[in-house]
Amino acid sequence: MSRVTLPLHLLAHARSGDKGNRSNISVIAFDPRAWDVLLAQVTEARVAELFAARRPTRTARYVLPKLHAMNFVLDDILDGGVNASLNLDTHGKALSSLMLTLPITLDAALTRELGLELAASSI
Amino acid sequence: MNSAPTEILHIGCGAGFSGDRWDAAVAVVRTLAAQPGPAVLMFETLAERTLALAQLRRRADPQAGYEPSLERFVAPVLRDCVAHGIPIVGNFGAANPRAAAACLRRLGESLGLPALRVAVVEGDNLLARLSPEQLQSLLPGQLKAHEAVSANAYLGAFEIAQALRAGAQIVVTGRVADPSLALGPMLAHFDWAADDWDRLACGTMAGHLLECGAQVCGGYFADPGVKDVPGIADVGFPIVEMHADGRFVVTKAHATGGCVDTRTVKEQLLYEIHDPARYLTPDVVADITEAEVTQLAADRVEVRGVRGHAAPASLKATVCFDAGWLAEGEISYAGPNAVARGRLAGEIVRDRLRRLGLTLPLRVDLIGQCSVFAADDGAGGDDAAQYENSPDVRLRVAAHAAGRDDADAVAREVLALYTCGPAGGGGVRTQVTNRLASDSCEVPRGWLQPGWSFVA
Repeated sequence: MSRVTLPLHLLAHARSGDKGNRSNISVIAFDPRAWDVLLAQVTEARVAELFAARRPTRTARYVLPKLHAMNFVLDDILDGGVNASLNLDTHGKALSSLMLTLPITLDAALTRELGLELAASSI
Repeated sequence: MNSAPTEILHIGCGAGFSGDRWDAAVAVVRTLAAQPGPAVLMFETLAERTLALAQLRRRADPQAGYEPSLERFVAPVLRDCVAHGIPIVGNFGAANPRAAAACLRRLGESLGLPALRVAVVEGDNLLARLSPEQLQSLLPGQLKAHEAVSANAYLGAFEIAQALRAGAQIVVTGRVADPSLALGPMLAHFDWAADDWDRLACGTMAGHLLECGAQVCGGYFADPGVKDVPGIADVGFPIVEMHADGRFVVTKAHATGGCVDTRTVKEQLLYEIHDPARYLTPDVVADITEAEVTQLAADRVEVRGVRGHAAPASLKATVCFDAGWLAEGEISYAGPNAVARGRLAGEIVRDRLRRLGLTLPLRVDLIGQCSVFAADDGAGGDDAAQYENSPDVRLRVAAHAAGRDDADAVAREVLALYTCGPAGGGGVRTQVTNRLASDSCEVPRGWLQPGWSFVA
């Protein structure tokens, strides 16, 4: 069966929030049919790797199956947070967009089912 | 299940932060006034840092220290709120709720309204309530030597509810938990018991969805072609229809843009949440792990399944300290070899600061290549190599300095790039700002005596 790799951006939406030096980033499936793929591939290990440059001291994933959503909490990734960081984006608001770059691999049949075959063919 | 209109409390939100739109509440109040049931309007305008800045303003002027845009937020809706019996609840009191209350009473007078019953909720200010020794004992070790600019505990919904029960037309608070601004009116209306944890949790999550204004109505959501939002320039602000049993519907002001759908509600439900089984407020520990959202109709989403557990034993407090200066400077390079010229400009600034003996924490970015994903020390910036040929970049230099003079020196080095830097640099902007650091701690409830009173 052929497999296709797409950015998470096409399968889910995300929003980041901050409290102190900790960031939370939600990942919410657009379509419940993609949920199992997301559960298997949007893991603590892969997210910690994606954010490695920010050196999280802890990466936790909380799962909300009824919302087809997960919530990532990354500790100590904001260079001290909104009142201390030198980043333009002191809140880490843009980090939800970094999350959505995560590559996800799925069956070609599922991409057709989700109506993403055009997006898949252009990548 | 059908409910009579009077069994539903409508709560609208007119602002989700201090910088929010001044006219957003107008459509909310028009919608609240057009329905027959009881309604309340809330304003949330107090971020962590906002309160410390307000405290500094109050030190400079005893009549200041509340939300600077207070009149701009309230004036457009005050007459209609009074006419339709819609109480207003806001944390726009910031560091000086009494001065805010006086301002609102004057505003009412200037509009020709009968004297307003304005209540203030107080007791959040730890600098006023605790001895210096008590405060020190709460703080983490590294902060013990610093003098706090502000220290405020997050109060809950009960004082707000009491003031509303007593007939307040406006309730002005300082620091309260944001969702408590909505839960207070619910407690006053439904008389939920103080340990009815499930309903308190439902009201808290309703408040959580309201507290950021447009963020649940398609604001902060649009992603063209992926998540399109209709009429976004006129995005509406949210209204919650709360039922006595804790079930609620999220909707928005009539005749506005934006959208309320299961996606916007889910994004906001998880916003600034950590463990979804334990969302802590002064009122309750909310658990949304079994929550469900259902689209009932266009711009109407029902939320069910929120559960609650006993409120935390202590209250969270935020303490702010003076933390030196932030220096920022920017300059643009465009056209052929723009990235190389921008990078050279950054190296020149680094070199100059070294020669001046200024070893400051320094961040250098090329906006247009990589400006937000990298860490302050540059880690993660290598990914920007793919934009090596970007034809339009803007150097940004940011540094932290303990003293104002050193911060000014950084800004001047960016400014000097006009004549001493690479070819074709333009559009220098520099800024030096005072910084406030913050940290949080837990305060035993017994140390505080929150209260409310009418302001004459």
